[in-house]
Amino acid sequence: MSRAARTIRVETLARVEGEGALHINLIGERVADVKLRIYEPPRFFEAFLRGRHFSEVADITARICGICPIAYQMSAIHAVERALGLRIDPAVRMLRRLFYCGEWIESHALHVYMLHAPDFLGYQDAIAMAKDHPEVAQRALRLKKIGNKLVSLMGGREIHPISAAVGGFYKTPRPEQLQELVEELKWAVDASIATVKFTAGLEFPDFEQDYEFVALRHPDEYPFNEGRLVSNRGLDIDAAEYEDTFLELHVKHSNALHSVVRGRGSYLVGPMARFNLNYSTLSPSAKQVAADVKLKPPVRNPFRSIIVRAVELVFACEEALRIIKEYEPPAEPRVEAPNRAGVGQAITEAPRGILYHRYAIDEKGLIVTAKIVPPTSQNQKRIEDDLREYAGRLAAWPLDEATWKCEQAIRNYDPCISCATHFLKLTVERDDEVQK
Amino acid sequence: MSSERKNGAKAKVKASAGAKSRAKASLKPRIAVFKFASCDGCQLSLLDTEDELLAIAGAVEIAYFPEASRSMMKGPYDIGFVEGSITTHHDAQKIQEVRRECKTLVTLGACATAGGIQALRNWKDVDEFIRVVYASPQFISTLKLSTPIAEHVPVDFELRGCPINKYQLIELIAATLGGRKPNIPTNSVCMECKRKGNVCISVARGIGCLGPVTQAGCGALCPSFDRGCYGCFGPMETPNTASLTDRLRVLGQADDQTMRSFRGFNAWAWQFRRASEECEHK
Repeated sequence: MSRAARTIRVETLARVEGEGALHINLIGERVADVKLRIYEPPRFFEAFLRGRHFSEVADITARICGICPIAYQMSAIHAVERALGLRIDPAVRMLRRLFYCGEWIESHALHVYMLHAPDFLGYQDAIAMAKDHPEVAQRALRLKKIGNKLVSLMGGREIHPISAAVGGFYKTPRPEQLQELVEELKWAVDASIATVKFTAGLEFPDFEQDYEFVALRHPDEYPFNEGRLVSNRGLDIDAAEYEDTFLELHVKHSNALHSVVRGRGSYLVGPMARFNLNYSTLSPSAKQVAADVKLKPPVRNPFRSIIVRAVELVFACEEALRIIKEYEPPAEPRVEAPNRAGVGQAITEAPRGILYHRYAIDEKGLIVTAKIVPPTSQNQKRIEDDLREYAGRLAAWPLDEATWKCEQAIRNYDPCISCATHFLKLTVERDDEVQK
Repeated sequence: MSSERKNGAKAKVKASAGAKSRAKASLKPRIAVFKFASCDGCQLSLLDTEDELLAIAGAVEIAYFPEASRSMMKGPYDIGFVEGSITTHHDAQKIQEVRRECKTLVTLGACATAGGIQALRNWKDVDEFIRVVYASPQFISTLKLSTPIAEHVPVDFELRGCPINKYQLIELIAATLGGRKPNIPTNSVCMECKRKGNVCISVARGIGCLGPVTQAGCGALCPSFDRGCYGCFGPMETPNTASLTDRLRVLGQADDQTMRSFRGFNAWAWQFRRASEECEHK
């Protein structure tokens, strides 16, 4: 084995949302250094949220990410509602789950087929893949479209939808509008099952890691907006305890901070964590197809996250059908939300993993401080840890192939760098403003 | 390990086959998508054209689009789409290179066209903010202002919206390929409400709405969902913001709320900027 020093270098990471670069230094089979460098420019969200009214927060924070705006709207709204002490109509609660189903469907279909699958099949992109696998491309686009259609129906448009509000929705759909989606969603359940089988047939490197998985857990349902934050290492907390449990580290090479569990280290959020911690609450078909392809918790190979995402697609389509079947519109689209001072935290499950928001609000309803921790900044250290383990195994590979494999290992996490970067804007709590 | 190795080798063969078929298609217009400070939503709109995506990909050569492909070809390009605003020294230089590489340069959305929501920094002291926030401020490189692309280089067309409307994007691509002017209306959201048969939420229900001063393009979404327009398509051609501010006062809306309404996703567009500052200084 050569002891020569080699560098794996990717100046612009492709098929991820946002701007990042990768540098790995290898000396023989030893990984001397791994840097996932995020150079996406800062946008200062937590800073300019200060002084805005709580009713504007969902629409503003949606602009952190064009891929998962509903996640931002949901975490923001739940945190504000908690600060205001609002109680929500159970029908609104179900509609929010339905809204989230739409985002999971479009986001997972996008990642599974258009961003991740080309790595496994050896294509530069999904367009090139579509030429050789037209039926796969058609299925991908139709699945993505049904997710977008659900979001558009409920929220007006697929990116930065406009219907979600503190207290409920500006306008709720009529049952017959939702009925129009039923046939397409039934097709989507079958197409998602086909997606699980398609992804399970891909080739996976033999690579398992001992992760701390972190996800929401709810006693009766696969988590979207509610539940306690749990892990496979005994974590079991309320959203209000998040900042006591997790710590952010400033690293020189990145515009985003690294999250760790205090006293332990990196952890993993997203589909694999949800699946491993919430298998029992998956829908029947999702469980069945997972069993068919021999996918059982705990899944510890991050490359297999593509199958888990496909299983979650099955779940999201079935859950959407269930909610539509049982749907009765709320008496009012939203409850009144009078100005009141308070502090509220919330965690919801974005397609990529948990998204934490905290707001302090003054008696005029204006934001005093805001803190937002997106899933990708939580996974960032874990991605580097994976690469540190994985890259050494590629020492004998031609450099271009080893580079591609390392990119694939990053894409296992469906990283959203636009989200992660905004996080480098730390919250500044200033006593004079709290007292204002 | 051996199966991985095989997979890697297979990958390489297919990749070069793909490059060959691309070379054959090189007479097609070459398009590129660039990103600056933004949320990725506008370029995602291109991938959200589910029914048209394969047709678009067949009509053009997607030469540079990192969000969708790891194949990144060098310029020059026939059409360059730019998402995001300029907020760093690095990006201020990069946009000059991008302009040199693109025959036609089109901006996508509110960030590229008006500075985006991150232009809210333009009313704050960013230097002071960085000093307070960062342990090592010398590593943070950011400009005082978030500015639109047109403040840096000439732009051939600006597509509005936060996010853009994907049907307007398709129209723009089709028009550019056909060498004609795109049919993108510059009238107000009010016209869209009238066409949809919406009862005016502002007149009938007293809800504050930026529709009268905001460019059409969304399909009057917010009024159709029983809420006031929040101006995400930016100012219409000749907006009378002063008149709207007066009207909002009559509806009982405080000036600080009106100031925040104008200071949204198109805050740095000069008509909205002026309107917000007038509310602030009254």
